[in-house]
Amino acid sequence: MLRAASRTGLVFFPAFDWAISPTHPEREERLLYTQDQIFEEGLLDIDGIVEFKPDLATLEDVRRVHFCAPDERSVLTESHLISAGGAMTIARAVMARKVERGFALVRPPGHHAMRVVHGARGFCNINIEAMMIEHLRAAYGVDRIAIVDTDCHHGDGTQDIYWHDPDTLFISIHQDGRTLYPGSGFHHELGGPTAMGATINIPLPPRTSEEGFLRAMEKIVLPALEEFRPELIINSAGQDNHYTDPITNMNFSAQGYATLTSMLQPHIAVLEGGYSIEGALPYVNVGIILALAGVDYSKVREPDYDPDRIRQSPDTNAYIDRLAEEIMGYLRRCPEFIAKNRATKEFAQRERTIYYDTDNILENQKERLRVCPVCSGVLSIDSLTDRGYHIYAVHIPRKACPDCVALGYEWFDAVNLRSYDRVFLQDRTTDRYEVRKA
Amino acid sequence: MIIGLDVGGTHTDVVLLGDHGIECQAKIPTTHEDLLICVWKGLEAVTLGVRPHDVERIVLSTTLTTNAIAEEKLPPVGMIVSSGPGLDPEFFRTNDHYYTVSGSIDHRGREIQPLDPMEIEAVASRLRKEGVRHVGVVGKFSVRNPKHETQIQEILGDHFEYVVLGHRLSGNLNFPRRIATAYLNAAVYPLHKKFFDAVRRSLKKNGLPIPIHILKADGGTMSFDASLDLPGQTILSGPAASVMGSLPFASESVDTIVLDIGGTTTDMAVLVGTVPLLAAQGAEVGRFRTLIRALNTTSLALGGDSAVRVIDGRLHVGPDREGPAMAFGGSCPTPTDAIIVLGGDLKGDRDAAEQGMAQVARALGVSTREAAQQVFDAACRGILNAAEEMVRAINAKPVYTVHELLEGYQVQPKELLILGGPAPYFARRLQEISPYATRIVPQWEVANAVGAALARTTCELTLFVDTERGIATAPEEAFHQPVKRDFTLDKAVSLALELLTHKAVREGAKPDDMETEVLEKLQFNMVRGFYTTGKYYRVKVQVKPGLIADYRSVVERIQDTDTTAPCSTAGSS
Ligand SMILES: [Zn+2]
Ligand SMILES: [Zn+2]
Repeated sequence: MLRAASRTGLVFFPAFDWAISPTHPEREERLLYTQDQIFEEGLLDIDGIVEFKPDLATLEDVRRVHFCAPDERSVLTESHLISAGGAMTIARAVMARKVERGFALVRPPGHHAMRVVHGARGFCNINIEAMMIEHLRAAYGVDRIAIVDTDCHHGDGTQDIYWHDPDTLFISIHQDGRTLYPGSGFHHELGGPTAMGATINIPLPPRTSEEGFLRAMEKIVLPALEEFRPELIINSAGQDNHYTDPITNMNFSAQGYATLTSMLQPHIAVLEGGYSIEGALPYVNVGIILALAGVDYSKVREPDYDPDRIRQSPDTNAYIDRLAEEIMGYLRRCPEFIAKNRATKEFAQRERTIYYDTDNILENQKERLRVCPVCSGVLSIDSLTDRGYHIYAVHIPRKACPDCVALGYEWFDAVNLRSYDRVFLQDRTTDRYEVRKA
Repeated sequence: MIIGLDVGGTHTDVVLLGDHGIECQAKIPTTHEDLLICVWKGLEAVTLGVRPHDVERIVLSTTLTTNAIAEEKLPPVGMIVSSGPGLDPEFFRTNDHYYTVSGSIDHRGREIQPLDPMEIEAVASRLRKEGVRHVGVVGKFSVRNPKHETQIQEILGDHFEYVVLGHRLSGNLNFPRRIATAYLNAAVYPLHKKFFDAVRRSLKKNGLPIPIHILKADGGTMSFDASLDLPGQTILSGPAASVMGSLPFASESVDTIVLDIGGTTTDMAVLVGTVPLLAAQGAEVGRFRTLIRALNTTSLALGGDSAVRVIDGRLHVGPDREGPAMAFGGSCPTPTDAIIVLGGDLKGDRDAAEQGMAQVARALGVSTREAAQQVFDAACRGILNAAEEMVRAINAKPVYTVHELLEGYQVQPKELLILGGPAPYFARRLQEISPYATRIVPQWEVANAVGAALARTTCELTLFVDTERGIATAPEEAFHQPVKRDFTLDKAVSLALELLTHKAVREGAKPDDMETEVLEKLQFNMVRGFYTTGKYYRVKVQVKPGLIADYRSVVERIQDTDTTAPCSTAGSS
């Protein structure tokens, strides 16, 4: 009988009765053919591949990560809680050593959901990886975690949530933001003033193929992980880099995804995007599952796979080498940048406009961080949407120092309630979440 | 009247059911070297003085095919497997004459790579040269498009005695299981046919031209003729027989766990009301995982004769059996000995049982009676834990819709229904130490034979409709029909039910006695480039496993009579 070299958990939740709208790419049919392929290949009968039923995430799990405006129930459905819950189920199975690694093949996805949520962006409402990670930290005391986002779109939501967290390394490999939604993820985006170097962006030119992706893995991702020494590696396993994906322009393949997975050896993979539901997802997912389980995947390929037809431009490798050199150079200097920030600034502000493409909302955000000499610093967010909804939120990070905790409460108590629709406090040192309104 | 006959590992049980309940019953030692002997003896025992035309049918459940598989005493089979990309089909090799050939079909049923007829012809002539008479043909995704399998069948022509095509086995997607199932069907075919031909000939010769039906692993029956198409369905009918025999005594309003406590093992099943649960994918037998529809039964290696040992001061019951209980001449203490010491009336040598428990008592440093109590309780708890684990596993079965996840049925058994020699003792103790109400199956000694006799025909059917490709297919029935764009889910469901009824009647069901059920009904919009290009419907329907309609009068009789005198003592124990 076929046996997995690594015991691998699987949560498969295709949500056959949930869609953003009947013809939206994020619809009931999305994982149908993937299910067919997984079942027909008999993957669930492989000794050492275990399927789990997803748990339901709770609102408490949402509140460890997000500020939902006006509240959680208004921006999410049961399906989102199952999707996040599925990722958490896999994480628990890994922590309990029921399995060595696992894959949450769930939908809807989450990596475009930022800390503040007014609605859906890039088909995402809540960030399922971040909810899983913060659950792991709260329940199991895990500290250092790396997320490698291999979706074709920049994982701007995950980046936003972990921008100021030096204990979460976020690496995103994606199609260059000048050519694709959400238009961010440039290689000089390295993290907030006290967490520089814990965010790494690897924008690749359109039509990058297996060769280029694996080169970026080898030259940037693996050395960065080596340096960071995470306790857990999470893969946001989006599959829209595939050469057949209808909304992107890359040339990655099932073989490529499987090889990338076996190089990365993630503890937990979570499905993100991928909308070539017939031509890519069935084969890519089979490849990823086999690679996780350590079963031979050499014969997995798409029916129309032809490496010559999807070859990348001749100058792509040289571009990646240059990019690697620059990024690795930045990373070496980040401790120095952080020290300088701490020495020169008391507070850091940034102002941004965030567009919710799925729900057509425009948000204006003012963020204020205490550049704390000791911890990563308390954060406040003033957020106003074009619909006139206005919130103020205070985030006290998990390892905040007493001064930052005190300042956070001071901000929260001192705010003028009449200026806002809602005022939030998220104290991660005690897992307290409070909402005030006039 | 109906005859039910169950060939078990040690005994063959047979009953004749009529207006008076069990009209006649017999127990005969199973003759493994030639099952025909015990089957025939059993039939003789209950048909003595019965007018042949009064017997409507004989339902047989045998270990014939199961044992042949377990002992790997199977004739050579040719396997022709067309896989295409994916896992290496060599991983699923079943036997020596296993050939992988080119050709590939995708998940929608589209041909990706055609077959190479020359290649198939070469395999066919090789198989013929090797003297292979039985062949399994399996393609990946053949349930979505059986074209390659039927093409291979055409090339094979009539040079082989039996050719089974993968898509006819089940509508479920699972290529490795399809391979194993095709292999087993082809492998047991000659054995099955030879045996039942012999039974039929004997009946005829003796002036008993009674139709033969055969019990399947899913607790349903089918006619002998229907069984020749897919004889693999007869494996594991033994556990199904006992479960079906318990059904009449289950409560309709609550869920029940059935426990068949034997010498070496305890077989467990779960009933939702009076409907037994089916295994999610199919039966597992020997090293094979199959698509053979089967009741969800679990066998725990713990029974009345399990070996009792004390290791490092801790009591262990099972998992092995060293022989009979000490009360029956064995050398190792067992739960049966414990029951006897505690006052159970199981016959046997009471002194020997006492000796056994005294051994355990010394090792544990307690009194003999206390030791017996501990042994018996350990056995009860072992069974209870395993039963609850089975229920947990059933409830943990993954589901794929938000609705099912939030509202899906959760099994919550309230009653235990117990069969087996020490049933009354286990029932009493299990009731004391668990939250379940416990009951004993009346006439449990022949419940298996009663179950075979009363089981109704059951079957399942899967229908796919792809309006973009314009086809409806029910692979198990070799049904293919073009459909129009406006085909609806309702139409798909009624088509599926119509095909199901047809199939059930062909296999021996009475049209007015079948309870059909829609197991799954899904519809998807197929969207390409932001336009809906078609609909995809998936419908799975079944005739529920259950008992024939006029069983009630028989069952009432069984409940009324506590003892039934066997009408023949031929070899009865
Ligand atoms: Zn994406
Ligand atoms: Zn601080």
